[in-house]
Amino acid sequence: MRYLPLSNKDRESMLNTIGIESIDNLFDELPKSEVPQNLPKHKSELQVDRELSQIANENLPYTQVPSFLGAGNYCHYSPASLDYIIQRGEFLTSYTPYQPEISQGTLQVIFEFQTQVALITGMEIANASMYDGATACAEAISMASRINKRSKVLISGGLHPHYIDVSKTQLKHLGFDFKVLDPYVSGKEDLLNQIDTNLSCLVIQNPSFFGNIQDYTSIANECRYKGVLLIVVVTEPVSLGLIKSPGEMGADIVVGEGQSLAGPSNFGGPGLGFFASLQKYVRQMPGRLCGQTLDKDGKRGFVLTMSTREQHIRREKATSNICTNSGLIALAFSVHLTLLGESGFLELANINHKNAVELSIRLNNIPKIKVINSSFFNEFVVELPRSAGSVIDELTDLNILAGIPVSRFYPEHPHLSNLMLVTATEMNTKSHLDSFIDALNKVL
Amino acid sequence: MKNNFLHEEPLIFEYPVSDNSAVDFDSPLGESENLGGIKRSNPIGLSSLSEPEVVRHYTRLSRQNYSIDTGLYPLGSCTMKHNPRLNEKMVRLKGFMDIHPFQPEKTIQGAYKAINLLSDWLIDLTGLPAVAMSPAAGAHGELCGLMCIRAAHEHNGENERKVVLVPESAHGTNPASASLCGYSVESIPCNSKGRVDLDALNNRLGDDIAAVMITNPNTCGLFETDALRISDAVHNAGAYFYMDGANFNAIVGRLTLKQLGVDAMHINLHKTFSTPHGGGGPGAGPTVLSESLAPFAPVPFVVKKNKNLFMVEHSGSNQSEFSIGRMKGFHGQFGVFVRALSYIMSLGADGLSQVSGDAVLNANYLRVRLSKYLTPFHNGTCMHEVLFDGSFLDGTGTRTIDFAKAMIDSGFHPPTMYFPLVVEGALLFEPTETESRQSLDELIDAVIKLAKKAMKKETPEFFENSPVNAPRLRLDETLAARKPILRWTPNPVLKAAE
Repeated sequence: MRYLPLSNKDRESMLNTIGIESIDNLFDELPKSEVPQNLPKHKSELQVDRELSQIANENLPYTQVPSFLGAGNYCHYSPASLDYIIQRGEFLTSYTPYQPEISQGTLQVIFEFQTQVALITGMEIANASMYDGATACAEAISMASRINKRSKVLISGGLHPHYIDVSKTQLKHLGFDFKVLDPYVSGKEDLLNQIDTNLSCLVIQNPSFFGNIQDYTSIANECRYKGVLLIVVVTEPVSLGLIKSPGEMGADIVVGEGQSLAGPSNFGGPGLGFFASLQKYVRQMPGRLCGQTLDKDGKRGFVLTMSTREQHIRREKATSNICTNSGLIALAFSVHLTLLGESGFLELANINHKNAVELSIRLNNIPKIKVINSSFFNEFVVELPRSAGSVIDELTDLNILAGIPVSRFYPEHPHLSNLMLVTATEMNTKSHLDSFIDALNKVL
Repeated sequence: MKNNFLHEEPLIFEYPVSDNSAVDFDSPLGESENLGGIKRSNPIGLSSLSEPEVVRHYTRLSRQNYSIDTGLYPLGSCTMKHNPRLNEKMVRLKGFMDIHPFQPEKTIQGAYKAINLLSDWLIDLTGLPAVAMSPAAGAHGELCGLMCIRAAHEHNGENERKVVLVPESAHGTNPASASLCGYSVESIPCNSKGRVDLDALNNRLGDDIAAVMITNPNTCGLFETDALRISDAVHNAGAYFYMDGANFNAIVGRLTLKQLGVDAMHINLHKTFSTPHGGGGPGAGPTVLSESLAPFAPVPFVVKKNKNLFMVEHSGSNQSEFSIGRMKGFHGQFGVFVRALSYIMSLGADGLSQVSGDAVLNANYLRVRLSKYLTPFHNGTCMHEVLFDGSFLDGTGTRTIDFAKAMIDSGFHPPTMYFPLVVEGALLFEPTETESRQSLDELIDAVIKLAKKAMKKETPEFFENSPVNAPRLRLDETLAARKPILRWTPNPVLKAAE
């Protein structure tokens, strides 16, 4: 068995040292048990590779066909050096950096990651990561309530439905009072009149789940005036290269999903929750924080800090129960942003937007199709003449991953059934757009 | 470690600013914009490096890390075992890596199949009938199990059960998760052997108790020999029995949980099933559930209908009438699932029982060889980790932390220190099964040498100043917490290291 270095001779002599007969004797205190019934015996590396490759082959990778999928998970190109760096064993196979003298690599990466997240969101500080955008959103709501000691939560109809569901599940026993507005696909949602002094926080998403972008400055001002915290969710951080940042608009807490910059979809997980806020709220933040300090020689170094907020110190009074986070995905996100740099990040955002606009123009030229959004970044909603699910199904048979039926997320809102979410990124070529338009003309 | 080949590396933001990038792009497909006037106008302040500079930056940083790939990592409770590279190869198959969570179901039957296969095997390995796959890590799995427990109590009209009992030796996540589930937490003491005090537990059980959370094997490295009596007592009191599965590596393939009367247990795929810790994550915490808790499992989950697999995504449908709802975006930690699957297939039933056998053998070998020099917390057989208390250092002027830090200069990562909290000056070693006899002997020799040195009482400052050969000397954690600098700014308060 290739992962087990002890030889039978080693085992025998070690048992001898311990003074027992067999390995089974080490388990004498355990009750007699049935052993697993169905699990096969061990397999060679080649055989595992064969069997898993066969299962993988039953999937259609989005990189093999024209693909226009988004809804909180975006398909971007990963530079080759990104995967090389995250596969270095010193990063991949290290634990949480609790021994800072021998973990400066991971710690400096976290410090750079925290800085990058703060910079692109326009916030003062950021933490070392959460599981994903949805759980980060729930944690942000909980943090807001610790800050202003209120429990009413207003959620925009433009927030990703998974984020709404996760927040409601995760916080259901903590006495929150949720008001979730209906999905808003177009026009402007009336938030201004719903901000009152009983409200703990308002949660909005920009670009929204339906792709709309909006300047929330006046809403942020109203929130500040009423002591309400504004939580801005970003599910496509590439957008921050082109649109005004949540910090510039006046957000108090910014959370989101970093997958889009961190690498391929992996069927949606593991993701990367990023979490940023104003400095004054730092003691209420969940999760790990990396800070700068000095060693005994006066050299700069980094450590995990302010851990009295965390479960391993504070136990039931901790700001969160999170321990394991998304370290490696945060590294990937950070490496990608470093590879892009300022100019590359702006350019990537620019290409995404222009490709999406080009696609929207071409779709709008099809008489039976209407683009709903008045403005957007790289994702928008189109209205089809019949159920989006059926159109997507037929396009799949023509080898096009066309978009996502909005109704998948809102079974309780059948009037949305003709709507399809469509995304274009730098991955899409002119020939992808041509095939998409041709196929639509064929099936409609 | 300190030598001319280990470079100091500035922050990416401290490199000269230019318009460089390590990425070249094709032109966009069109030139029109549609931003509604919300364009960014200020520069962001990101770095500007070319590819060779970026690769060198991260390669240099990586060399300042200790890792499993470079050495034995005996962190108790963390199961730092070898991370097979086949797992990494498998998760990078295009059919696993390049699939989007919302592709049409007919294009992702393989993904559903992989999730189903892993669920079946986790069910087989634990003997419990169901598994919730979506929790993202151990603590998230604890929350999942407790939420199912709370839903079951509420379903049965038992709304007055508001207390969760947790032994004082528990991981900090246990009380934190119970608290997130709206429960109050009470601690139950351990007996002198570090096991749950059954009498104290029995005295506290009653109709206000929702659940009891027990780590087994416990954090003192011992099997809870009263496990069956504990679960009977818990069930007789109308409460549910949660088992923390962080230490599953000690018993995998040898003991099913059904026999222990377990109602819920999370499985850290990043511990027992070899997926990498990645400097802090990601992990995955699938949570196995007993028959009475299974109906409350979170969405989404994969079900089979005729020959096809499909996913139940919303609570309240026919198949998810009682579900607690959704705990995570999308469909769980799929990339972690594939790695765990690759590992389980590689080892099989026979290999996994050898895993727990060798893990426990290695820990006991350490125990016996080190016991003459260190003070073992318990004299009998331990499970996959061995606990020493700090009393061997009494009167030497050397503290547990100093002793552990000195191990760094011998080339080893220190064990877990000062945990579990019930043991003073604790040192918890978990060697795992992927260490050879030779590497264990090297660790043992190094620890004995240090213990002898400490006993001589001549050089407490040697320990206080350790490590001296690491990329940094001891760092000032008080300074970091008192004046937090959590990001780079253009005018740094502290000067960069020369």
